[in-house]
Amino acid sequence: MTRRRSIEPLLWTLFSAGGVVAALVLPVHLLLFGFAFPLGWLEPPSYQRLVGLVHNPLVRLYLLVVCTLPLFHAAHRFRYTLYDGLQIKHLNELVNPLCYGGALVGSALAVWLVWSFP
Amino acid sequence: MNVTPTYTEFHPRWYRRRPTTWWWLHKGAYLRFILRELSSLFIAYFVAVTLAQLYALSRGEAAYARWQAWMASPLALVLNAVSLALITYHAVTWFSLAPKAMVVHLRGRPVPGTWIAAANYLAWLVASVVVAWVLIGG
Amino acid sequence: MADRITLEVTRYRPEQEAEPTTQRYEAPLRKDWVVLDALNYIKDKVDGTLTFRWSCRMGVCGSCGMTVNGEPKLTCAAFLTDYAPGPIRVEPLRNFPVVRDLVVEISDFMAKLSAVKPWIIRETDKPLTDGEYRQTPEQLEEYKQYSMCINCTLCYAACPVYGLDPGFVGPAAIALAQRYNLDSRDEGSAQRLDALSGHDGIWGCTFVGECTKVCPKHVDPAGAVQRYKLTAAKEWFRSLLLPRGAR
Repeated sequence: MTRRRSIEPLLWTLFSAGGVVAALVLPVHLLLFGFAFPLGWLEPPSYQRLVGLVHNPLVRLYLLVVCTLPLFHAAHRFRYTLYDGLQIKHLNELVNPLCYGGALVGSALAVWLVWSFP
Repeated sequence: MNVTPTYTEFHPRWYRRRPTTWWWLHKGAYLRFILRELSSLFIAYFVAVTLAQLYALSRGEAAYARWQAWMASPLALVLNAVSLALITYHAVTWFSLAPKAMVVHLRGRPVPGTWIAAANYLAWLVASVVVAWVLIGG
Repeated sequence: MADRITLEVTRYRPEQEAEPTTQRYEAPLRKDWVVLDALNYIKDKVDGTLTFRWSCRMGVCGSCGMTVNGEPKLTCAAFLTDYAPGPIRVEPLRNFPVVRDLVVEISDFMAKLSAVKPWIIRETDKPLTDGEYRQTPEQLEEYKQYSMCINCTLCYAACPVYGLDPGFVGPAAIALAQRYNLDSRDEGSAQRLDALSGHDGIWGCTFVGECTKVCPKHVDPAGAVQRYKLTAAKEWFRSLLLPRGAR
C-alpha cells in the first residue's frame, strides 16, 4: 500500500475528515446531551424515540462516522502534541501505535456497537 | 544537514539554546495553539461518551436512565463544560483556517478565503439545526 | 517624549564566555529611527565590538532579522517610537545557533532552500526558436505571493516545530517549493513532492500559523504548507487508485 511513499498523507486525510465531522456536529451533540437535556432547558427525546432513530440505517451510518473519524483526528493531533509538547518525537515508534491503535480500538468498538444494536 | 563543526581558534563555539518543555507558555499564540491541540483529547472523550450512550441505549430503558443521570452529575457537567469550550474552539479555528488549505477557483479567479470560511460557518449552523431537529422535533 | 531610549542587547563572545550576556546601551530616541539605526549608532559611537548583520536597511534584503522584545522582526522595520519608553530587548534570532552577539548561523536554512529544487523543471525544454514561455496575469497571480520571500528566516525563528526539531524543512522552503509548483511553466511537482513528503517534510507542520504572522513580506507560508498537504494527499490517493502506468 505505501510502497516507498510514507503513510502520512492518509493519516492527514483522516485527521482532516475527522476534524470536519467533529467541528460540524460534536458541539451540538454536546450542547444538547451535555446541558440542554440533563439540565432541563429542553425536553429530552424519549428512550423509545432514540431507539427508533438508531434503527434507521442512515442514523447508524451517521453514528459510525461520528464515532470513528473524530477518533483518528484526535489520535493524529495528540501524536503531534506529544512530539511538540513533551518533545518525545524520538519515541515515535511507541507514540504512533498507541495513538492510532487507540483510534482503531475505539472505531472497532463503534462498529461493533452499531452493528449489534438490537 | 545539521553538522556539528569542529571548533577552532577561527571557528569559535556556536551557542545553541535547547528549547524548554514550557516553550508554549512563552507566547500567547503558542499557548492558544497548544489549547487548540489539546481539544483533541476532549473530542476523544466525547466520542467515548457517545459510545457509552449508544451502549446504554442498547441495554434498555433503565440503563439509559442511568447514563442520563450520570450526564447530570457534577463531574460530567464540569468535563462536558470544558469539552464544549474546547471543541467549540476547535470548530471556530478549524473553519477559519480551512480556507488556507483549499484554494477554490471560480471562473478562473480564486475565491476569497472569507467566502469559504463563511460557507463553513453556514454548514456548521445547518448541521447543528438538522441534528437538533432530528433529536427534538420532527 | 524622552530623547533617549535604552536597549538591552545580547552579547556573546565565544572567546571569553560560554553563555550569552546582556549589555545595556542608550541611544537617541528619534522619531524616524529604527532599531537598526540605534544599533549602528551604538557600533559607531559607543561600542565598536557589537556585531550584527544588516544591508539594505529598507526591508528587501532579509539580513537584519533579530528578536526584538521577544518577537522576530526586521530591525530595519522596527521603529524605536513603537517601543518607547523602552527598554528594548534585542536578541539574536531564535532557533538558530548563535555565532557571535546578534549573528546567527543559517547554513541549515540555505541547505533546505536548495533541497526543494527551487528552479523551473521541465520534462522537455522548449527550444529557443519556439520563443518565450507565455504567462497570463492570472497564472502569475497563482504563485506571485510565494515569490516575494526575501529569505529573512523570521518564519523559522517563529516556528516552534523548527525550534524543537531542526530537521524540519520549514516554512520558507515549503513556500518556495510552492512558488515553483504553482508556476505554469514548471513541470517538477512530482520531484519536489518526493523530497517533501517524507519524515522531515510538510507533515511535521501542525499549522501553528506564527510563520505567517511574522512574515514581513506577507508571503503566508502557513497557507502554502496547508495547500501543499492537500495536494500531497490528493496525489497519494491518485497514485493508489491509478498506478503510474495507467495515468
